[in-house]
Amino acid sequence: MTERELIIIGGGPAGMAAAIAARENGVKDILLIERDQCLGGILNQCIHTGFGLEYFKEVLTGPEYASRFMSKVKSMPGIEISLRSFAVRLTKEKKLTYLKPGKMEKVKAKAIIMATGCREKTREMVHIAGMRPSGVFSAGLAQKLINIEGLLPGKEIVIVGSGDIGLIMARRLVLEGAKVSGVVEIEAQSRGLARNIVQCIEDFDIPIYFNHKISRIYGKNRVERVDIVRVDGNFNEIPGSSFEIKCDTILMSVGLIPENELIEMAGVVIDKKTNAPVSGELNKTSIPGIFVCGNSFKVYDIVDSVTRDSLIAGKLAAEYLRSRR
Amino acid sequence: MKQYDVVIIGGGVIGASIARELSRYKLSMALFEKEEELAFGVSKSNSGIIHSGTQNPPGSLKAKLCVQGNALTRKIARELGVDLKKVGSLIVAFTEEERLELLKIKKDAEILGVPGLKIVGRDWIRKHEPNLSAQACAALYASTTGIISPYRLVYDLCENAARNGVEFHLSSKVEKISALPVSDGKSGPRFEISTPKGSFRTRYLVNAAGLYADEISKMAGAGGFEIIPRKGEEFLLDKKREHLVNHVLYPLPTEKSKGILIIKTSDGNPMIGPTAHDVTDKEDLSTSDAGLKEVLESARKMIPTISESDIIAYFSGLRPTAGHDFIIRHENAVPGLLNVAGIQSPGLTSAPAIALMARDILKDNGLILRKKRFFHRHQREENHLFAIPLDKAKKLVKKDASYGDIVCRCEMVSAKEITDAISRGAMTLDGIKFRTRAQAGRCHGGFCTTRVMKILAEKTRRGLAEITKRGRGSEIVKGERGND
Repeated sequence: MTERELIIIGGGPAGMAAAIAARENGVKDILLIERDQCLGGILNQCIHTGFGLEYFKEVLTGPEYASRFMSKVKSMPGIEISLRSFAVRLTKEKKLTYLKPGKMEKVKAKAIIMATGCREKTREMVHIAGMRPSGVFSAGLAQKLINIEGLLPGKEIVIVGSGDIGLIMARRLVLEGAKVSGVVEIEAQSRGLARNIVQCIEDFDIPIYFNHKISRIYGKNRVERVDIVRVDGNFNEIPGSSFEIKCDTILMSVGLIPENELIEMAGVVIDKKTNAPVSGELNKTSIPGIFVCGNSFKVYDIVDSVTRDSLIAGKLAAEYLRSRR
Repeated sequence: MKQYDVVIIGGGVIGASIARELSRYKLSMALFEKEEELAFGVSKSNSGIIHSGTQNPPGSLKAKLCVQGNALTRKIARELGVDLKKVGSLIVAFTEEERLELLKIKKDAEILGVPGLKIVGRDWIRKHEPNLSAQACAALYASTTGIISPYRLVYDLCENAARNGVEFHLSSKVEKISALPVSDGKSGPRFEISTPKGSFRTRYLVNAAGLYADEISKMAGAGGFEIIPRKGEEFLLDKKREHLVNHVLYPLPTEKSKGILIIKTSDGNPMIGPTAHDVTDKEDLSTSDAGLKEVLESARKMIPTISESDIIAYFSGLRPTAGHDFIIRHENAVPGLLNVAGIQSPGLTSAPAIALMARDILKDNGLILRKKRFFHRHQREENHLFAIPLDKAKKLVKKDASYGDIVCRCEMVSAKEITDAISRGAMTLDGIKFRTRAQAGRCHGGFCTTRVMKILAEKTRRGLAEITKRGRGSEIVKGERGND
């Protein structure tokens, strides 16, 4: 089994920043593994602007923000990048098994940084009653369909939840000619950034229903309509408040969950509620030498915070490795 | 016009089992299915339990066929290379009264010939099923209960039947059945069936149309029963909870059903459910808040640690009920028509025994059965990365690079498994999901849907906009950007 100083899992903004910081703090042997065919992670599908305001003091798109880190990571000797590589197992001894086309590799690391990001909550997790037709997407999947694949997920849209991705997708879909009939938010206010409420919803006159939820989905093969109902402070349906919206598509933007199944497998203590590692200190876990950064440590609102957090993780891993030399 | 000896209507586990059984004989046969893929009706929502044969009323067809079917399914699964895990089951009692009830169930089952039964007490339960509620005081253990993937069983049965000469017509809803004037009493066709893909003639007609068996029987001129859909809502838990239970757990059965179970599934995700409520609409596969509440409450009575956040998926299925028992009979008023209807639970388990019974009834009614000189009994095995140890995965990846190309991250499904599924008949995203588990995990296809769509479009030479979830009308997207 080959041995590496540091393995970073995930080549999105978090993994790239962690790699750069670790390298700059003296780690000379870094393996960065990424399951996709290029670095950048979810930033690649975020073609809207608003990235980098804090970190670069500039207005950038997602791909622009990512590309700055990509060129830096690629230019640094000592960072090996392995693309299309999918981690399948991690042990508490920091032995990592990963698959790539044609190969299964087993590597032992002295330290590990997890930069695996997060996944979106689904319709199933919030339990919406009714049929299960085609046309129910997570907002991120809809974003990928439009921005990467050039496909239109639907024409008459209802968005569930007012998370940032949902708000951004509302605007994106209107610009693509779809009708966004409403954003339905169970809370009394949006969980998204104020700027997104203004720029994506108010500027486009999209109705937003606070204290409401979808109570039922109709449609055998494809979504046909939804029932929307008002809820009280305890999220209980208020009788008689139900109304119907015709739509062919529902986007779910109801929150993100850190992806930590790999380190959970290794024995890291995970908070069952947040799916983030239980940790007294930033980026550390219950297993010394396994670090977690970016959205897999904590779901951040903006990528600049992910970068900041991950730079610290890279530095912490370097310090850990130095202390064990 | 194409003419067959036997036509089977319905591509669920019953139609598939009969097709495979009859493919041993020198017959020209075809199976007609209205959906775009097999197992897309009642069978797709099956819990996947191969029941031991307890909990069935003595003297019923269900009781007899379930016990026989349990043993036969084991044999068929071995032949076809379908994963059948003999996990055993427990019917759990919480009170002394319920414990006495277990004794009665045991006695009834033993008369039926169910092997491997024993009553176990608290200590045994603590040791073998540690997550079970402390209130549980006894259980009836049945060693022969197994778990299987219901759709993979159907796919493999059908592939095997096809290999042995049965023709399969998909997207072929039977719209009309006409009786033909009997010209040749011994071998001429007696029915003409019309489908959107043309008309066909047959001498024998096997009605295994599930929820629509009553309509098919009526079309063929028999009628005689009504199918009432009985809805079951089921909830799948995250694979992380795989070891929540070691057996299939049943409460004591009620009049209508076996109750809300905790089900170990062959894919690893535990499942809780199903509810049992009669509905009127044969297409009503909706789930409800009430169903969730009912299932969670009952499930927690057995396993108190189940939480709502463990649920990653839910669905409804409809059991095709026609009274209390199965209907398996030749309609003497319509010679050549065999009704196999009302096959609700334990239908999956009973399927191979039902197939044998169907064969015998057809024979008794004049079908000449001559064995083929060669019957392909075995099916090549399918590889699923999620089901094999890593060292075996390593060998596969070496042999075929695309086993190392992971498409679905939650369930670890490779590009190779997806192309295999397509080459074996998957045409829709659900068809791929049922065969491979891609999109069936905790992210629900959030990450892999586009990749699966692209592979499917490429392999089946269709545009991305034509790819559907489960057949026409369920297209995933509404077109390409910028052009309608």
